This record gives sequence, structure tokens and C-alpha cells, in this order.
Amino acid sequence: MTEKKINLTIDGKKISVPEGTTLLEAAKLEKVKIPTLCYHQDLCIAGNCRVCVVEVEGWRVLPAACATPAMEGMVVYTNSPLVRRSRRDILALLVSEHSTQCTTCYRSTNCELQELAAEYNIDNEIYINLLKDKTFTIDRTSWAIEKDESKCIRCQRCVRTCAELQKVNALDVINKGANMKIATFFDTVMSEVVCTNCGQCINRCPTGALTERRYIDEIWDALGDPEKHVIVQTAPAVRVALGEVLGYEPGVRVTGKMAAALKHLGFDSVLDTDFAADLTIMEEGHELLDRLKRKLVDKEDVALPMMTSCSPGWIKFIEHMYPDHLDHLSTCKSPQQMFGAIAKTYYAERKGLDPKNIVNVSVMPCSAKKYEANRMEMNDSGVQDVDLVCTTRELGHMIRQSGIDFKEIPNAKFDPFMGDSTGAAVIFGATGGVMEAALRTAYEVVTGREVPFDGLKITPVRGMEGIRETSVKLENVLPEWSFLENIELRVAIAHGLTNATQIMEDVAIGNSPYHFIEIMACPGGCIGGGGQPIPTNAEIRRKRAEAIYTEDEKMVIRKSHQNPEVIQLYKEFLGKPLGEKSHHLLHTKYTRRERV
Amino acid sequence: MAKRKLKRVDLIFSQDCSCKDILTEALKKSREEIIQELIDSGLKGRGGAGFPTGLKWKMAAAEKSNRKYVICNADEGEPGTFKDREILDRVALKVLGGMALCAYVIDAREGFIYLRHEYRFLIPKLEKMMETFHKWMDDFDLDFRVKLFIGSGAYVCGEETSLIESMEGKRGEPRNKPPYPTNQGYLGKPTVVNNVETLVYTMMIMRIGADEFKGMGIEGSSGSKLFSVSGDTHKPGIYEIEMGMTLEDFVKEFGDGDTKAVQVGGASGFCVPRKRFKETTIGFQGGLKGFSLPTGGSMMIFNSSRSMYNVLHNYLEFFEEESCGQCTPCRVGCQQLLKGIEAIKRGEKSYRYLNDLLRLSETMKLTAKCGLGQSVANSFASIVENFREEMIY
Repeated sequence: MTEKKINLTIDGKKISVPEGTTLLEAAKLEKVKIPTLCYHQDLCIAGNCRVCVVEVEGWRVLPAACATPAMEGMVVYTNSPLVRRSRRDILALLVSEHSTQCTTCYRSTNCELQELAAEYNIDNEIYINLLKDKTFTIDRTSWAIEKDESKCIRCQRCVRTCAELQKVNALDVINKGANMKIATFFDTVMSEVVCTNCGQCINRCPTGALTERRYIDEIWDALGDPEKHVIVQTAPAVRVALGEVLGYEPGVRVTGKMAAALKHLGFDSVLDTDFAADLTIMEEGHELLDRLKRKLVDKEDVALPMMTSCSPGWIKFIEHMYPDHLDHLSTCKSPQQMFGAIAKTYYAERKGLDPKNIVNVSVMPCSAKKYEANRMEMNDSGVQDVDLVCTTRELGHMIRQSGIDFKEIPNAKFDPFMGDSTGAAVIFGATGGVMEAALRTAYEVVTGREVPFDGLKITPVRGMEGIRETSVKLENVLPEWSFLENIELRVAIAHGLTNATQIMEDVAIGNSPYHFIEIMACPGGCIGGGGQPIPTNAEIRRKRAEAIYTEDEKMVIRKSHQNPEVIQLYKEFLGKPLGEKSHHLLHTKYTRRERV
Repeated sequence: MAKRKLKRVDLIFSQDCSCKDILTEALKKSREEIIQELIDSGLKGRGGAGFPTGLKWKMAAAEKSNRKYVICNADEGEPGTFKDREILDRVALKVLGGMALCAYVIDAREGFIYLRHEYRFLIPKLEKMMETFHKWMDDFDLDFRVKLFIGSGAYVCGEETSLIESMEGKRGEPRNKPPYPTNQGYLGKPTVVNNVETLVYTMMIMRIGADEFKGMGIEGSSGSKLFSVSGDTHKPGIYEIEMGMTLEDFVKEFGDGDTKAVQVGGASGFCVPRKRFKETTIGFQGGLKGFSLPTGGSMMIFNSSRSMYNVLHNYLEFFEEESCGQCTPCRVGCQQLLKGIEAIKRGEKSYRYLNDLLRLSETMKLTAKCGLGQSVANSFASIVENFREEMIY
């Protein structure tokens, strides 16, 4: 089928674009950038900020380029005097309802409004400051997300994110006219609403209205306290994105530099969440096999499919939306929390430290991890397992504050004892990664052979489609797993909570054909997490994922059960997967929550 | 005495014909014939925007879809307009008849009357009329049913895409256009949204014919129209008058002898000062020298005792509250215009700031997402330009 072409003129140049192309996209093809604010590649078109207006010959009004399809014979001007004047007016209006305290704003230099206002040289005084007679309180009630109304420009990107990508609808528009604003249900505080803390709204907020709740000062305080032994763990997805806030292009791996920088910041031990990811695979893989055995051999009423529990946004989501189906969740804690519990027990023991004097800091691509660390049940070591969680962005700030020349710092390695990792652990950072790592281990446990994929690359579970599925046939299994002989192990992967909902609907009615499902709350998995550098879009997420898989291939050990430190941990401390100690330290339970 | 050029007409409320008879005759015609007749008549939408009705129906008729809808826009919210309420109260069957015609032409089986929340008192009467009407539909063997939908009170829902959003259970906010409702309207299906009065005129054209209708009015603005006359007049009320009258004639008829200005088309319309009465005609743009002002029918007359600052302030307060708040130019622009004239009045801003505000209103006209934001500039600019001294002192 040949695509219908539309002929039009943009800034004097005749061009031809496929039918359905918007003026914004058409201009982009011609390398003309039209400024935007409410537009975001991941979201549906809103057309409400009006910054992208253009002039079309013969039209009475200036249409929004993002919302107007190219039409035959159109003559478009993207930078005429009328367009410039109108854009300046619109930007000045936005500035007049925005708290322009850029000097102290967390998003300064990474703010779309600031950038455009500077680009268009907006006079801050031209219109009356609409915030003058109002008072605002920053909503800091949530562990994860801060909401500052005074910086909101009502582009509704957060609203669309929460509705389209996540189906949570924690944020919506209330009131009309001058009082129109973005608010939670009944305008209550963030901690009281159904919010998964995923932070996708933060990633798409053009200004500083939505940010993660920051713990930078607390971390500096801990580092400066000689009484404290401060441990840091870094999640797999941080190393492929941190570079973006420190002057690198997306997709550059900065693992060695990150480890070096962390040491420079003064952490007593620079360790790796990847270690705990391998541990998760050991526990979760065995849990899956155990569930299958209890179902198939013991004929017990076990909940299948089993679903992953690494993503705290997903956990909060299922607790709210499907409280009757929590038994499908793996009881395994997330790698962050496994790490925390092990660090304050095993690590403390071996180092001869009092767990009370250990401060567990974790660097996460995630805002929901901040909430997870503060869950009531996450203190199995006797004290709070993970003390302080910062995002990739916060770490970027800390590194800049420290004065380190990140680009010049020589690479360093993670410290031993929970610093070792495998390729399987690294890929946890991308959607499908947990599944791939689990299959690499489970298949080998059951059959004694490596998964039958070239170079251990289980390609059907990779990629960026919202929902993916595949199956692996278990043949010639080891005698103890004979009940699995000829079983077609069916698995599915979903990322983004809207996609997760689609899978959950089947699970809820007992109609799911799968044995094992991986769910990540964020688009792309952790590489697209709510704590990752801003901006985000499909292209950036693809580059980060590529970097993750490259990191995997560069690893010597690429299967979790071969991680020497994990093997040692079981030998010296835990005994065996799903054992008594594991049960106490590495597994958790979930809470039924209300839907409103 | 000057010749009275103002011609009263009696079509809308006339009771000398049976709606059922009109429909019986009309439904003998083909769809194309009806569309052509409407196009020939030159009928334009009576809600104020003035889109050719025949063309709208033609576009919806051309769409291929298993479902189409006819919506009667009875969300009469423009300040100073009260004609639709009277039509629905007195001749609702004509409105329903117009909907049936449209349904026949575009092949719709379902129709809605989007009734303004404040007009709830009309519900019992309308339901009774709908009962009669549905019996007729059975008699004609026309598979068409009309339901009532009660709005929630937002002014912006008079804008057709906001109206549709509101009917779908969402926030009443305008959509991006295109697509237009005739292409993707209610529930994504082709939809014709017509004003109450427009639908009555389609029936009347079926009765008197396109030629007679076109014989009235002026070029580009044929036929007659209902006007809601209010303000400083000794005879406020609703009058059906031929299109194309000059404001001078209008003021002669309705003014109290001391008319300073007439606001044509409500808060979103234009304010015409005395010196422009002669050259201003009421009709849709085009075809005439001087000013030609469209209107949904609101005619507010102000005499010299009125402060035009207060008038404008009142309109801006209205817009500041009734903007849906979605797009920047309208949401922030309305606040700035209101706060701006207040600041000038208080002397906090120089009178020159009026020029900045005029430019801002022009930006709003060019860039706001829907007709609401675009039309704020109409009243703002026409009042500020003509009564500048009243804004300052």
C-alpha cells in the first residue's frame, strides 16, 4: 500500500510528507525546531500550551503545530513576526503564573520553560505576577514525590502520563478558569492518594512542579558523621544513564567512573545492587520452581502465574487495584531491599559492625524505591534495612557539588563482598531483563544445560513492545525435576502499568495462560524509571537499554547462580534458596489497599 | 420621519402550520434535495458562529459510519441571550422536527438535546413534546429517537466540541480541530451539532422554500433571526427581525433615546459606540461596506449612565471564571486583562499598559484553542478602543 503524500510549503520550502503528519513533525523533518511545552513524544496530543503556534496563509488564527495535520497546499510560516510575537506573549503569560525562583529551583538548567523564556528573552515584568497575592505550600507528604503548585504551567503532561501510561489517575485537572489546576483526588496531599510513586510524572514535567523528594542533605550528613559506616549500592539502570546528567550523550556506560566518584564522595563501601539482583534470581527462580512443583506434584492450590516483585511502583499498583490477587506476587523482596537486609546482617557480621551504625544508601533510577525503603515491613535486619534512597538525578547533583571532574576521573571497581555481579543482574535494568536472568538460571537448574539461545541472548523477551510473550520447552530435565519434563514454560513481560493492567485483567479472572510474568511499572523498565535523567523518550530509552545489553555481554559471568559472592553468601550465611534465613530476610508480604 | 427599515418577521413562533405536515412534505424529498435547498437558502448557524447549515449537513451525510448523531445545542449561556429558552418553551416540536430532518438527511438514529442546566424547568414540557414526536417518528417509519442531556453549567460547553466531551462524561474542554464533529464527534462518530434556532429555521425553509427565505435579509446573511434585546430599553424581549438591519435603525426602535453603545453578540461580541451605529449592520461578515457584526442574538443596550469600565470588568470577570483553563492564552490571558484594567484604574500601571493589553487580546484572538478565548478580544478591544478615557479615569 502506498502512503498518500501531502504537499505543503514550510518557510518557503516545498515539501512532501505522509498523510497524517502534523505540522510539528513536518517542520522537524525539515530540521526546523518549533518550540513546545505540552507536547511529549510519549503522550497523546493536548494542544493546550499554544507555544507551538505557526502561521498558515489564509487562516484566521494561528494553529498549534502539534495538533494540526499537514494539509494539501498549506503555506506555513514557523518564524514570522506574528508567530514570534504571539509566542513571546504566550511565554510571558506562562511566566506570569509561574514561580520564577529559578536560582533555587532543583530543575534549573533542566527546565523547558526556563530554556524557552531565556531563548525568547521574555520580560518578566511585562504582565502582572499572578502569584503575588497567593500562598503556596510545597506538598512534601509523600516519601517519593514533591509537588509544588507554584511552578505548574498546567500543560497536563503529568495528567496524561498518569492516565495513559500508568492508568493510575492520581493527578487530574480540577476547577476551571483562573482556578484551574492539577490536583489529586479531592485535592488531598500526595501521601493520601492512590499513587504508585513511579515518578513518571516527574520525568515528563517540563518545570520543577513535580520532583522527587530529595535526600541529598541527609546523605551528606551521614557521610560527614565519623560514627557512621556508610554503604552505597547502585542499581543496574543507573550506570547507563548517570552520564546524561554529567555531560554525556544517552547510552554511554559510566560504571567505572560512577564507582570512582562514589568512593570520592566518601562512602565507606561502594557496592552493587546487581549483587542483590543475582540473589533475587536465586530466590525467585527457586520460588517459581517450588510453586510449579507444589501445583503439579503436590496438587496444592498455588497461585500461578507467579509475578515479579522487583518494581515497587508495580507493587503499590497491584496492592491498590487488585488486592485480591496479591498471592500471585513473588514473595521475594526487590534487590534493593534484599541488599539492605543482607548488608545489615551478613555484611555487618563479617565487618564486625553494629547494624545501628550502618547507613544504607541506595542510588536508584526510581522514585518508588524511596517509598519502598520506608515501608513498615522493611526492617527485617532489626533496624530499617535501607536508610536513604536517592535517584540517578540526585547522585548527579552530588557529584557536581563535590567538584569531581566526572569525565576525567579514572575508572574504579566496586568493593568486594556484595560488589560482584553478573550479566544477568545488569539486565534487570531493562524490561524483560528479570525474565531473561531468571530463565538463564531456572533452565539450567532444571536441565543442567544452558538456555538454548545463542550467546545466552533470549531475544524474544527483549525489546520495547508493551507486552511480550514467549515460551521455553523443558526437555531432558534432571531426574529431580522430572515433573517438568516436556512442560512448555510460558512467560510474559509487560512494562508500563497500562500494559500491566491488560495482563492483570486475565490473571484476575483466572484466565492467564502464563507461568511467570515480569512486570515493570515504568516504560522500558528501570532504564525509564522515575528517577532517571530528564528528558525521556523512546529513543533515549532504547539507547540506555542497548547500553545495558552491551554491559551484559562484556561480563565474564552472565548467570546469577554463578556469582561467586552469592555462592559464598549461601555457603556462609543463608544456607539454601528459600531456606529459613532467606525466608526471614529476603521475603516479604503485601498489603491490601483501597482503590480510592 | 425616516422610513422604518427594520422588518419584523413571524416565522419561528408562528402557529399557522403543523410541524407534522411540514415533515410529511419534507420527507418526500430526497436527502440531496433537502441539502441543496438549505444551501440555496443561505442559512447560517444561529448560535453565533455562522457556519452554513446545509454544508454542515452535507459533510455529515457524506461520512460513512454505522452510527451518526444529531445534537441540538440548547446550552444557551451567552450573557444577554435568552431566545432558545423561549423557542423550547413555545415551539419545541419545530426544534424536534428540525432534528428529524437532519437525522433523515445524514442517516442518524439517535439525537440529543443538550439542555442548559439552568433550563431544567423545561424538562417536563420537553418530555411531553418528545413523546408526541416519537409517535410521529413511528408514523413516518423513521427510526429516530431523541434524548435529553442536561449540562452541568459551564459556559464553554456551548462550544460544540466541549459539549461533546461533556456528553461523553469528561471535563467540558474543547478538542483540537480538525477533526471536526461532522467527521468525528460524539463517541468518535459523525455528529451534527446545531443551535436550537437553526433547527427551527431548517423546518421553516422546508415550509416557505429557499427562495422566500433568501428573499429576506442581505447578501451573505439571508433570512431572519431572533434577537434578545436587553439593557436600557423600554421594551426588552425577543424579536424576530430580518438580517441586515443597521444599528441605527435598531436603536431607533429599541433605544431609550440616550443610547451610548450596543453590545452585539453578548460578552464575546462587539461593543459598538454611538458614532458607529449608522455604518454597522447586523449580519455575518462579507458582502457589505462598513462593519458587519455576527451575533447569536444578544443585543445589550447601554445608555450614558453606564460605565463602560464596569461593563468590561463584568465581562472579564465572567471570562476569567468561565474559561475552561486548558489553554494558556485564555486561562492566563483573561486573568491578565482583568487584573490589567484594574491596575490601570488604580493607577498602578500607566495608561500605556492598555496598549500591551490590546496586543495581548490580539494574541488571544489568534492563538486560543477555541472560540471562547478567541472572542474575548472582541469585547475587550471594542470597549477599550472606543471608551479609552473611561478605562483610565
